[in-house]
Amino acid sequence: MPKTLSDLCDVDTLAAARSMRWRPGLAAPAHSEIFASGCEGGGAGLALALACDALRSSLAEDEDRRAVLWVQDRAAVRLTGRPYRPGLPAELRHRLIHVVAEKAEDALFALEEGLRCRELAFVIGELTGNPKALDFTASRRLSLTAEKHGVPLWLVRLDAQRDLSSARMRWDVRAAASPPPRWNAAAPGNPSWRAELFRARAHAPGEWILRDDGRSLVAAPPHSVGVAAAAGDRPLAVG
Amino acid sequence: MWLPRLAIDRWRLGERCARGEGPDADPLALIAETAHGPRIDAVNDAGRAAGARRGMMLADARTLCPRLKVAPSDPEGDLAFLGKLAVWAQQWGPWSALDAPDGLVIDVTAVAHLFDGEARLLADVQAAFAHRRLAARLAIAPTAGAAWALSHFGPERAILQPGDDAAACLEELPVAALRLDDEVLVVLRRLGLKRLGDLHGIGRSALHRRFRNRKSPAANPLIRMDQLLGRVSEPLLPVVRRQAPLVQRRLLEPIRHRELLDQVVADLAGDMARELEGKGQGARRLEIGLWRVDGDVATRYLELSAATRDPAHMRRLFSAKLDDVDAGFGIEMVRMRASWTEPLALEQGDIETAAETQGTSLAACIDRLTVRLGEKAVRRPVVHASHMPERAQRWRPPLEHEPAAQEELRFHARPLKLLDRAEKIAVLYATPDGHPKAFRWRGQVREIARVEGPERIAPEWWRSKSTARLRDYYRVEDTAGCRYWIYRHGLPDDGRGGLPDWFLQGLCA
Repeated sequence: MPKTLSDLCDVDTLAAARSMRWRPGLAAPAHSEIFASGCEGGGAGLALALACDALRSSLAEDEDRRAVLWVQDRAAVRLTGRPYRPGLPAELRHRLIHVVAEKAEDALFALEEGLRCRELAFVIGELTGNPKALDFTASRRLSLTAEKHGVPLWLVRLDAQRDLSSARMRWDVRAAASPPPRWNAAAPGNPSWRAELFRARAHAPGEWILRDDGRSLVAAPPHSVGVAAAAGDRPLAVG
Repeated sequence: MWLPRLAIDRWRLGERCARGEGPDADPLALIAETAHGPRIDAVNDAGRAAGARRGMMLADARTLCPRLKVAPSDPEGDLAFLGKLAVWAQQWGPWSALDAPDGLVIDVTAVAHLFDGEARLLADVQAAFAHRRLAARLAIAPTAGAAWALSHFGPERAILQPGDDAAACLEELPVAALRLDDEVLVVLRRLGLKRLGDLHGIGRSALHRRFRNRKSPAANPLIRMDQLLGRVSEPLLPVVRRQAPLVQRRLLEPIRHRELLDQVVADLAGDMARELEGKGQGARRLEIGLWRVDGDVATRYLELSAATRDPAHMRRLFSAKLDDVDAGFGIEMVRMRASWTEPLALEQGDIETAAETQGTSLAACIDRLTVRLGEKAVRRPVVHASHMPERAQRWRPPLEHEPAAQEELRFHARPLKLLDRAEKIAVLYATPDGHPKAFRWRGQVREIARVEGPERIAPEWWRSKSTARLRDYYRVEDTAGCRYWIYRHGLPDDGRGGLPDWFLQGLCA
């Protein structure tokens, strides 16, 4: 009898936790997947933004010197290019280690080795399509390794179907119109993305406009930024 | 080590016959074609008994022995064979050199104790060569010159100890033991100097005056004598400054299977770790040599990104490298050598097995990635002083120190990712110098909603040709919100080609 009760309690807390909406500044889940198109840089951009956001929230001291591993397969390099140091976030520029893998198996090996390493802050992977090697078993392996060693994995899936995966959070991202910069309204502004959280273990699904304003990640409701700002707190249907 | 009948021995190996049997029972000469007809390079025992000598013309030898058979000699093949022998002979010492055409020099400094003394070492070498049916004359001496003299003219398996008086021991040898040219030997014979001791008998200044304009060692008996006695160094000998840590296992039974080899490698890694620990060093480069029964040697190299002496780590890395080794008839000796070491402070071994679960260090992680994916696959970007965006970043090994560089300019907005090759796009723009309105990339037309630019980057005149065109870079955002970095290559009226092309080079976040 007491066992059932405690089980009930667990279910309650789980449900309470799950009803909590995702917001920026939470601790990073061990394994996240971000689905993106191979014709835009948004996938890697959002992965970096989320990773940096989680790092900022989890670390008390501001100086983090751990390296960052970025694994790409050959097709991802061809589609979206290699990371460019002057364009990276300033705190990551000197810490990046980049790996090019010829095959998906090699990329998965590199990801797993990276997750096992205690001296890495996080691991970013970019894989194209739905390779056979990345089945549910492989994905579960990655999740377990990441959880065991506490190194978060951000896996960007370029031009991929939403297949089976054990990722704790799964995002779908598209580019969104950026807010106009202060001094030149005709220029592209801070990067923003329309991100849909379509599966998460601890949160309810939802959609946000995410924007990296240089210091932190800002989430806005999924309407166009200008309208949302004008509407303020009122629901848009009424206003 | 002198192989007096290398060419004949090799011919006999090719014919698969023992000495004095089968084809070898008849007189035979190996000949080389010269301008004056065939000349004999080597003769077998029967041929020598019949009167043929090395260096004779074949016609002269035929008059002495009409039934002399001939085969073409193969000096290149002999030299290649000698090279293989030199590597094979490294099982008796870490360093060996060719002494063409028929000799080998092996450095056995500090090695003899592995074989229970120098006499046993020589016996072991003799047995190994006899097993391969190669005649060898061996000698150990403190200098290469003395060893050469003893092996050619001294007693069988001569050993000259470092403490012996080399001049007294060698004075009975003929002057030919000095490795001199033929004409110099003729001069010495005419002077009546037949033995090494005779050279000591007359004054050094007299000899010096006689050979004062002979600079080459092979033409000057004084230089050769000094080399023989160790008074001047001979470049053939390496100056061994530091003994590289070396461990080896000679196997009772040749092994052919992978599991056994892994076990041997694990043992060697343990030995190597102990050896390195004793010296307070860690290995950066490791070599493993596998000596096969049939005389071949397989070598594998391993470079580590940081000094280590963790046997498990070494073993794991080598196991990936040993996949393609062909064991043939079996491997009889395995040796591991750390040819590059770095100081590594002693540290406490991990007392808690929990360290296993705490993950690997960065250096170990990089090593594993490099071994499987190759050196070029694991890199880090570093800044390079250049205005050209694709040149402003270079890829270096991950744990290398970052070169000092100027900081990037803060007001330059750069894309998150750069394509390896800028992709050509078709662009609509209002006027020749106006902002782009729309572009077609990868078969898709994108309307440009926002644009910033141009940022003009002129060609680097100190590096590129004078016809290189400038680039006008634009940061654009299309109506869907995707952000790109595109450039126009040249100006319409710059006189360096026709209408400018447009390229897409980077993807912004």
